[in-house]
Amino acid sequence: MELLGHLADGFATSLSPLNLFIVLIGVTAGLFIGAMPGLGSVNGVAIVLPITFIVPPSSAIILLAAIYYGAMYGGAVSSILLGIPGASTAVATTFDGRPMAQQGKAGLALIAAACASFVGGTISVILFTLFAAPLADVALAFGPAEEFALVLLAFTTFVGLGGDDVLKTIIMICLGLALSTVGLDLISGQPRLIFFDQPGFYSGISFLVLAIGIYGIGEILYTIETQKTAPQVTPAKLTFTDLWYGIKEINKLWKTMSFGSIMGFFVGMLPAAGATPAALMAYGIAKLTSKKSDQFGKGAIEGVAAPETANNAASTGSLLPMLTLGIPGSPTTALLLGGMVMWGLVPGPMLFIEQPDFVWGLISSLYTANLAAVLVNLALIPLFVWALRMPFTVLCSIVFILCIVGGFAPSQKMHDVWLIVGFGVFGYILRKADYPMAPLVLALVLGPLMEKSFRQTLISEQGNVMAFVERPLSGAFIAISVVFFLLPMLKHFKRWFGRGTAATN
Amino acid sequence: MLTADRIIAASLMALSAYFMWHATALPIGWNGMTGGPGGGAFPFWLSAIMFVMAGAIILRSFGQARRDTGEPFFDQDTLRSVVLVVIALVVTVALMPWAGAYIALPLFLFWYLKVFGNHGWTLTMILTIATPTFLFFFFEVTLKILLPKGFTEPYFIPLYARFF
Amino acid sequence: MTNIFTRRIAMAAAASLALTAALPAAAENWKPQKPVEMVIMAGQGGGADRLARLFQSIIQKENLSSMPILPVNKGGGSGAEALRYLKDKQGDNHTIMATLNSYYTTPLRTDIGVNIEEFTPVARMALDTFVLWVNADSDIQTLDDYVAAVKASGGSWKMGGTGTGQEDSLVTAMLQDEFDIDVTYVPFKGGGDVAKNLVGGHIDSSVNNPSEALGFYQAGKLRPIAAFTPDRIEVFPDTPTMTELGHELVYSMQRSFVAPAGMAPEAVAYYTEMFEKLNASEEWQTYTQEKALMPDFLTGDDLQSYFLDERAKHADLLKTADGESS
Repeated sequence: MELLGHLADGFATSLSPLNLFIVLIGVTAGLFIGAMPGLGSVNGVAIVLPITFIVPPSSAIILLAAIYYGAMYGGAVSSILLGIPGASTAVATTFDGRPMAQQGKAGLALIAAACASFVGGTISVILFTLFAAPLADVALAFGPAEEFALVLLAFTTFVGLGGDDVLKTIIMICLGLALSTVGLDLISGQPRLIFFDQPGFYSGISFLVLAIGIYGIGEILYTIETQKTAPQVTPAKLTFTDLWYGIKEINKLWKTMSFGSIMGFFVGMLPAAGATPAALMAYGIAKLTSKKSDQFGKGAIEGVAAPETANNAASTGSLLPMLTLGIPGSPTTALLLGGMVMWGLVPGPMLFIEQPDFVWGLISSLYTANLAAVLVNLALIPLFVWALRMPFTVLCSIVFILCIVGGFAPSQKMHDVWLIVGFGVFGYILRKADYPMAPLVLALVLGPLMEKSFRQTLISEQGNVMAFVERPLSGAFIAISVVFFLLPMLKHFKRWFGRGTAATN
Repeated sequence: MLTADRIIAASLMALSAYFMWHATALPIGWNGMTGGPGGGAFPFWLSAIMFVMAGAIILRSFGQARRDTGEPFFDQDTLRSVVLVVIALVVTVALMPWAGAYIALPLFLFWYLKVFGNHGWTLTMILTIATPTFLFFFFEVTLKILLPKGFTEPYFIPLYARFF
Repeated sequence: MTNIFTRRIAMAAAASLALTAALPAAAENWKPQKPVEMVIMAGQGGGADRLARLFQSIIQKENLSSMPILPVNKGGGSGAEALRYLKDKQGDNHTIMATLNSYYTTPLRTDIGVNIEEFTPVARMALDTFVLWVNADSDIQTLDDYVAAVKASGGSWKMGGTGTGQEDSLVTAMLQDEFDIDVTYVPFKGGGDVAKNLVGGHIDSSVNNPSEALGFYQAGKLRPIAAFTPDRIEVFPDTPTMTELGHELVYSMQRSFVAPAGMAPEAVAYYTEMFEKLNASEEWQTYTQEKALMPDFLTGDDLQSYFLDERAKHADLLKTADGESS
């Protein structure tokens, strides 16, 4: 019961009036930053980090946790309202969130996302509290081979989902993976695929650039073309009854959500993986196991809840290797790590023993921040929904501006803005020709990790391909991937042969 | 529709061929000595698969010829709007490094709202002025992310002195 | 096209700035008039990034600069992107760059049209050290044990490190050359990743910077075998240096700041003074001690000749490394 004592001490500080005020400010700021396409928790944490050296450390941690949570909730807002995932973790949320918004159910989708995030955050913080220290060893057992197997698993849970043209899906996956190799080849240290000798390609093609281009610019171009016949966004209304109804709907999804949270936490905890594969796997599994799987992709509430629980849980999980091993799993945790170093703390195995005050202060502020984030988010949903009622041209012009500025902000290169416009036009045309976009974007996110871990394994095993299957953990993951891959493929082939070679129109 | 499908597939084949050509700058084979594929292998073989698949789409389209609906790929009326918007975007982005975000972006807003969207003067002016102001305070002052200024840079020096 | 654009713009901006700046400001008290961009030659989250952001935090906390310092990561192509960017910023008084050893190795390895002699040196803050590490569960206690174990493995000994051509791989090449051993070099994304894989037993040894392995060392999971430093490192008093053991292996990672070519001398003076104050700050001094960095402040022409010396040394090292790998 030492645990509870520590936690109580932590709460005593995090619940003081000053700290509660800080939590509210942090969560609100984080929410807005996260809701901007292109900006995410990393920007939020980056701006407040210097401030944290001025306020007392205990308040500083709380502010950081609040921004972190706020931005995670915010990511879903832009996925649902604009269809632009603000971070790679929120891609899966667009699959059903966007259709819901188009059907005028934006409010319900936002409520679902907020509640699901809360459930995911809460379950994972509890797991964190109970098992933080022993779980660090699990993370250590993950070498390159296991990383590869995990990415493969994330891929296959997703690939099976495509209801689209198989040939076109394969093309998009290959294109995404090929684009992910642009820049530097880590293994040989040589630059590769530097198109037209532009220095901007040295750093590769960032996920955000592709996502903003395709889902932002491309989507609006598509809408402009079709708007004369049918408006894409149905104005949404939201009342208290709706809110209550939404929360009740969410309640029915406890199975999806608890699975999503637990899996999200474990996947997020692995240093290399993080929240994106977690959200994808949760979506894929929810679709496979759902009774209404044909509704997925057309506005199923489960399709919003599953990835949102998982990505929030995973973001909490990703704090674990940062604190216990000193390894940041994401740019945001890297900044947090930098902050801790500034406070004179050494993240790593000794932190829990030497600095229990800090650790438990942080954990308790995660509870507070998560609760505050869901409340602030629910309170702001009417505002977000109201934004959707703007005339279409007004909304479009603002989204265009946000796409340009949001695309420039992360790396501050005009090169990226040009790429965004290019990807926008490219995405618009391909979308019209029924090429699926999600596989492209996800392949770009998972590609680098996949290639790197694959080649690292082969180098350390002297080219022995069997290494992936021989190692127990990675072997198990690969076996599950094969099952996931075959299940929907069987269905797919049946349909393919059954209907001849149709599917284009 | 079918013609467009073929043209797009052919362009994708060209794109993958271009990728493959780039990828051959690094070894694309399997090297037993250093353990596994070379640096060019991933982009090369993935592009090769893409090439083959796009080719398959073209082949398949011949089998579908008789089921072609004859529906045009682009709707002629709305295509004009799309092309206009794309041109406006390209002009805006091209202007940004030279004239700065605070000239290029308001110009775009003005064009989009007033000329393209046929909105009233009040709404246009409010948004054209409010958006850059918001961008300055949100991105530059709060997030400390500087947007391109171009030749307008000197005019911002007093603002920097005031807000930073 | 964009390239020419930005270059012309940068020059135009610099020219107009120089005009507005030159009039009121006497040479003595030049001050930045807009936020200063701190380009980091590495991606987010790595050791170089963390250090650069630490500098930024100290500058901000101690109020050493009148305008905020804004860190921007340009880590593409092992720093090639950052070097090209700095080259395009010629004459800009509001850009500085945090460098590491890829400052010399990247232009040496690939022709990117950058000559580092043209850049303006500002200040060297520290030299980061390298240590040979093994997992604490292994039987290896001394350098001799290590060499014997590697030889016994017949080339399958897994040495982890950062990307090929970067510092860790150079140190590995030095080791191979000196002891006539053969290892399999497994590149990872960053030092933290390497340390974790060593603790997890996925690789057999590493040459991590102490700051990356320190946490694990304190927890008793990693064992230092020898240091690539001239003198023993304070936090590892029992770890011999390679020199003590009779091997001339010394290697360090410089952590310096440079500015674009043609920066106004008063601006250089301003930044130099800023880093001098930073160097004297208590936070920085404590940090260097805890993290086993060697604070070795150097500025101006001395720094430039240091850079050029190091470049020549690295040219030789790269030749050795390429010889080893083929």
